[in-house]
Amino acid sequence: MDPTDVSDPRYYHKVVDCQWACPAHTNVPAYIRLIAQGRYSESYLLNRASNVFPGVLGRTCDRPCEPACRRGRIDEKPVAICRLKRVAADLRDDIEPFLPKAPEQKNGKRIALIGAGPASLTVANDLLPLGYTVTIFEKNREPGGLMRINIPSFRLPAQVLDDECGYIINMGAEMRYGAAVTSLAAVLDEGFDAVFVGSGAPKGKDLDIPGRHDDPAHVHIGIDWLANVHFEHIKKIEPRVIIIGVGNTAMDCCRSAKRLGATDVKVVARRGRQHFKASPWELEDAEEEQVEIIENHAPKRMVVENGTLVGMEFDVLDWTEDASGKQTSRVLRTETIPCDAVILAIGQDNAFPWIERDLGLEFNKWDMPVVDSETHQSTNPKVFFGGDAAWGPKNIIWAVAHGHAAAISIDLFCQGEDVTKRPPQGMNLLSVKNGLHSWAYDNGFDASGRQVMRHEDLTKRFRDMKVEVELGFSAEQVATEVSRCLNCDIQTQFNAPKCIECDACIDVCPTACLTITKAQSSEAELRKHLTVPATNADQDIYHSSPLPQTERLMVKDEDVCLHCGLCAERCPTAAWEMQLFDLLQPKAGATCHEEVPATV
Amino acid sequence: MTSIAKPIATHPRLKTNSLGLTIRDYEGGMSTLCAGCGHDSVTAAIVQAAWELALPPHRAAKMSGIGCSSKTTAYFMKQSHGFNSVHGRMPSVASGAAAANRGLNVIGISGDGDSLSIGLGQLTHAIRRNTNMLYVIENNGVYGLTKGQFSASADIGSKLKKGETNEQPPIDPVLLALSVGATFVGRSFSGDKQQLVPILKAAISHRGLALVDVISPCVTFNNHEGSTKSYQYTRDHDVAAVEADYIPVCDPIEITGLGAQSSNGHADSLRVVQLHDGGTVRLRSTSPDYDPTDRASAHQHISACQRRGEIATGLLFVDSGSRSLHDVLRTSSTPLVDLRHEDLCPGSAALDSLMKRFR
Repeated sequence: MDPTDVSDPRYYHKVVDCQWACPAHTNVPAYIRLIAQGRYSESYLLNRASNVFPGVLGRTCDRPCEPACRRGRIDEKPVAICRLKRVAADLRDDIEPFLPKAPEQKNGKRIALIGAGPASLTVANDLLPLGYTVTIFEKNREPGGLMRINIPSFRLPAQVLDDECGYIINMGAEMRYGAAVTSLAAVLDEGFDAVFVGSGAPKGKDLDIPGRHDDPAHVHIGIDWLANVHFEHIKKIEPRVIIIGVGNTAMDCCRSAKRLGATDVKVVARRGRQHFKASPWELEDAEEEQVEIIENHAPKRMVVENGTLVGMEFDVLDWTEDASGKQTSRVLRTETIPCDAVILAIGQDNAFPWIERDLGLEFNKWDMPVVDSETHQSTNPKVFFGGDAAWGPKNIIWAVAHGHAAAISIDLFCQGEDVTKRPPQGMNLLSVKNGLHSWAYDNGFDASGRQVMRHEDLTKRFRDMKVEVELGFSAEQVATEVSRCLNCDIQTQFNAPKCIECDACIDVCPTACLTITKAQSSEAELRKHLTVPATNADQDIYHSSPLPQTERLMVKDEDVCLHCGLCAERCPTAAWEMQLFDLLQPKAGATCHEEVPATV
Repeated sequence: MTSIAKPIATHPRLKTNSLGLTIRDYEGGMSTLCAGCGHDSVTAAIVQAAWELALPPHRAAKMSGIGCSSKTTAYFMKQSHGFNSVHGRMPSVASGAAAANRGLNVIGISGDGDSLSIGLGQLTHAIRRNTNMLYVIENNGVYGLTKGQFSASADIGSKLKKGETNEQPPIDPVLLALSVGATFVGRSFSGDKQQLVPILKAAISHRGLALVDVISPCVTFNNHEGSTKSYQYTRDHDVAAVEADYIPVCDPIEITGLGAQSSNGHADSLRVVQLHDGGTVRLRSTSPDYDPTDRASAHQHISACQRRGEIATGLLFVDSGSRSLHDVLRTSSTPLVDLRHEDLCPGSAALDSLMKRFR
């Protein structure tokens, strides 16, 4: 068996579950440590280096990091990573002096960004400091895209968004507000060196059932309705509202409806709860506000009497699953739920009526542009796509990740280089040993449970759309929550030639991660021969080169390592060491450079 | 020392024994021994053996004297009884505890200094009495607590860290124990839990004194080139003379570690020894003329190994007919501590009638 190659940054990167799961690879443990030390501004800047919108994402992120969090495998509840991000954003000082600045001397390349949402703004954020001239086309009068018009302000106050969009725009982006692009050819004709399409997936799906168009004034498309609420074109809604669909847009719709006068709000889903697309915490928040969630109801028709919507008829379904996991449904009965208005929140589509089909830009059979998944380049080499515009609706953090990748491509393209030659990831490993039994990080294990977010009183929060529901963590909650983080970026590094096979590390490991055992025919076989067999195939195992005295292997199952450092403390020869892993993410304009060095 | 106590978090898929306890429940306090000390591995082996045997922690008593080895009783089974006694006097205190409460599993931990120098007489008499206990000698050849002087188990020719050579012959606790009538003698190595844990399980289950000599390197003062008790030297010279497997009474008897064929091809050397608790020990000597149930054969074989510079390890001798102190004294089957005072002390009238018999 070949020893595990830990010189590949991906090995240690994968150990940092949160950072691995984050599309933008935010350095979560490092920013949590900075919060623990009260260094909020540094924490914010470290966040911003990868996710660009810490304040926005600290409130609205889909949090792919949290289900991945190792803590969730130790005591079931992950660290409240997302809301700690908000702590850094809320408590930061003025960080503007530390932001990158655009040089006076431009590099002569002009880039057009279509849509001022998270993807385009990320591209601008990465390219402006390199001397690019950036022009952003935005159909609305304010930047932010869906972050502004589709996320209600009781979840995301406008000021937070203004600040974070401002940091980018103030570097000198040319903003063309109120300029809905109606022709890509016209944009290209302006002589831009590259165009980035970050226009989102702006078309809400409709539901073609009988009665849909019989009372159009009372049937709304979710994201359009949310936009109208944002622009205050809509200021109230009827008392009884049905929301169709159960994604996060549906959650925003039902909670907005409660604030616009609805008293009886029901969210109706075709399937059972385990299939809901909405994040569990958004469902919880909606239910806290007395929104009723109804499962297994398929829309059949809208009941309109005398031109007025009076209810909706549903087939009540019973779902069964066969051995292969295929779901089939059977209609139990039909049921009518009375209502005065319906909001359809069943998904979004892309729409590119403004892209001419003779620009060398291919579309596939779903009428989506053909875009390279790594370079974000379309078949017209000057045109790049990112965010929801590229491959359909995802979420903000994915749009940011796309923006970074596209910025690298645009930079390579404009410099005449091959966009497929991507700059590699790198890493730094730095010992965190301060002395005998003294580490540069807090290695103790805090058994506290996950902190629960404080919410505004139910009696107060409905007075105004703008009353933010989540109040953020208290100082005591922050202190507890930061100490729940296991510091997975402080890596256990093994040096086989130094090992004397005294078993000290194995004996002291609290979570039975380590084994010294004979080599096996394969890694799969080795997994079965450990102190506790490594059954979580998503988690890597490390195996060393043969040990000097017996030629057995040191094996570590990464699954539930607490990164407490006891193996290294009990190692008499420093064969085990604790080292801070710092992932060096490639960025536009440099192969590998850190904006803020990670610290412990 | 460590900077923190061992985190309370455990592996989520940790197994439980028949008492519903995980192996973590058999741990004790954090060790303050040097990092890499063999004693910590012996501790871990005891933890594992006790967990596998499902020993009720409240039915165990941990006994020790003085020395690095004697600290280790604090590092396992924190819910058990314990007595940290005077230097070399652990066997007496352990004998008292075992005499008073025959229901206890007495686990005595000592070292080569504690047992082979100041406590040598105590050790031999405890063996002679056949006190019902596990007696572990954590043997590293030096006095670690006083910075590494040679102990009584240091081999001739072994070198100290600064080059001084030992010229006095060692006391081998295994040969000593055999010669004073020990009924269970084993030797193992702290760095080989696969061998050590089954020996400890059999030793705990043995009725009488089970002596287990464990080569347990002193990583600070006796783990250098020239030492004969280092990790490297022990691994190079360790000859597994007897392979042992302990099968508790509740487990179905099936050949697990020991097949019908031994590693050196002797097909007929498997011996099954029934212990008093109903469990069985399966022994396979790796030499055809060595019978680990025969005292003379064991003595001869181990001496021969010693002459060749080999360290014979394994469950080297077991006497299945062992009679412990309680058997010899025919004490009541109810532990003395559980007897009523009037039964334990029949009073002056009974004493007078006893005295009359001698007049």
